[in-house]
Amino acid sequence: MKNKVLKMPNPVQPEINKRRQFLKLSGMVVVGSGLLMACSNDDDSSTPPDPNVFDLGAGNLGILNYAYALEQLEAAFYQNVLDGSYWAGAPANEKQILEDLYNHEVIHREFFRTAITAVAPNDITPDLEFDFSSVDFSSRDSVLGTSKVLEDTGVGAYNGAGKLINANDAAGAAYLTLAGKIVSVEARHASAIRNLLSPGTGSFAGDDILVGIGTPPAFDKAVSPSDTLSAVASTNFVVTPFTANNLPTS
Amino acid sequence: MNFIKLLDTLSNKELMSKEGSRRESFDQFKNLGAKIAMASIPFGLAATSSKAKAATKSMATAAMMADEMDVLNFALTLEYLERSFYQQGLAANGLIPSEDQAVFAKISQHEDAHVDFLLTALGDQAVPEPTFDFTGSNAGLNLDPFNNYDQFMALAQGFEDTGVRAYKGQAGALANDNDLLTYALQIHSVEARHASQVRRMRNEKGWITQSSNTLPSAFAPIYGGATPESNTVQGGVNLSGMFAQYGGDAAVTEAFDEPLTMDEVLAIGGIFIVS
Repeated sequence: MKNKVLKMPNPVQPEINKRRQFLKLSGMVVVGSGLLMACSNDDDSSTPPDPNVFDLGAGNLGILNYAYALEQLEAAFYQNVLDGSYWAGAPANEKQILEDLYNHEVIHREFFRTAITAVAPNDITPDLEFDFSSVDFSSRDSVLGTSKVLEDTGVGAYNGAGKLINANDAAGAAYLTLAGKIVSVEARHASAIRNLLSPGTGSFAGDDILVGIGTPPAFDKAVSPSDTLSAVASTNFVVTPFTANNLPTS
Repeated sequence: MNFIKLLDTLSNKELMSKEGSRRESFDQFKNLGAKIAMASIPFGLAATSSKAKAATKSMATAAMMADEMDVLNFALTLEYLERSFYQQGLAANGLIPSEDQAVFAKISQHEDAHVDFLLTALGDQAVPEPTFDFTGSNAGLNLDPFNNYDQFMALAQGFEDTGVRAYKGQAGALANDNDLLTYALQIHSVEARHASQVRRMRNEKGWITQSSNTLPSAFAPIYGGATPESNTVQGGVNLSGMFAQYGGDAAVTEAFDEPLTMDEVLAIGGIFIVS
């Protein structure tokens, strides 16, 4: 499983030792533990955002780059899962589910890479570097618990991104359909992982993750990019810093 | 408005589009945009100013209103069907084994809430609940799902997978109303959670491989249609053959769920709707 990558990661290496001040500006969404660490000792406040740090961009391109970043995260996680000892010794049905999830997320990632490269080769999210050292890949609870969070996050992220896609753009309607084609697969994943953790219960679509709209809980969340990325940033899984300062908000 | 009237309305709309009303022109524009995007350029990221977006949106909002009501009533009809099915299943003595009760109680609770939500959203525009016949006699079937658990599970899978595809197929029609689009997406993914669960209880994968399934052959359209689940072309890119080390084309088809058109869904639902 070790070499199951289409392309070796070639992460953009920001000059993380350079002084950065832009975190001091308000309202910015910054992802990437490398950047946060670099910023911690910073007390100068006079320079603009670092041009070496990638920003997801604006409009539909920004949303595609956002989805691509999330798919990179998921695919990298499952690659670690399949390289880990829990997966190696897991029951056959769990191995199959996790391997399927890995395949699906790689396909999603490579689809976005191909599609975005075709139209915006210079503005595509770089290959991100990740650090999953906080996950114990020998532990069922750690592997499945992290998977559950990532899949539920993916569902909420796509649901929240739908309205931000400008469907009146040339290919906007196609993007919206594509987001729909992917989000339901993420929801199928979340359901499967949740049922592995709590078989035979209502957890596959549990009250802990659903919300009500004037009703008991029966709706998945729709989460804004800034809230999703803040949650992602708080995991410290993402090393390569990037910002999301120009995404549509309505 | 009952189910048959809903069908009538929809076919009238098709006539209208041939006459080229303003509303239908807008639909054609959208469909054309989608077709161009799917067929030729994979992704055209034309820059549109937010002002232009707002202007296009406000024009579209008035024009799309009637269509949105139709979409919500379409969704309501599906949710009525699911609600009735699970309520009858849970009420049938000895049908659902105790170890599966929690799952179906949870699904049933969600379908109840979806009906209530749509009734509130539609107000006096809401279609009344049709009369359902889950024996499938409309299609010459003789099912007995409330006494036969295997059949109950098979229909549950079919309804959930249909629901996922049905909501997906209407996303474009709701694209100009941010709130309705978001609500529909929030229901859509819950139907997918249900589908995954029921499929795995039936020893299928939680995701759909190609268009294969273990349902009675009358339900093949649930996985077929103009864009079948076996589709491998996404955003104009044919992904077939590109992922040999990652589960191949089977995994490619699993990784993307596909939409059904309203007509395709109504044909499936019509198997169970008497009046």
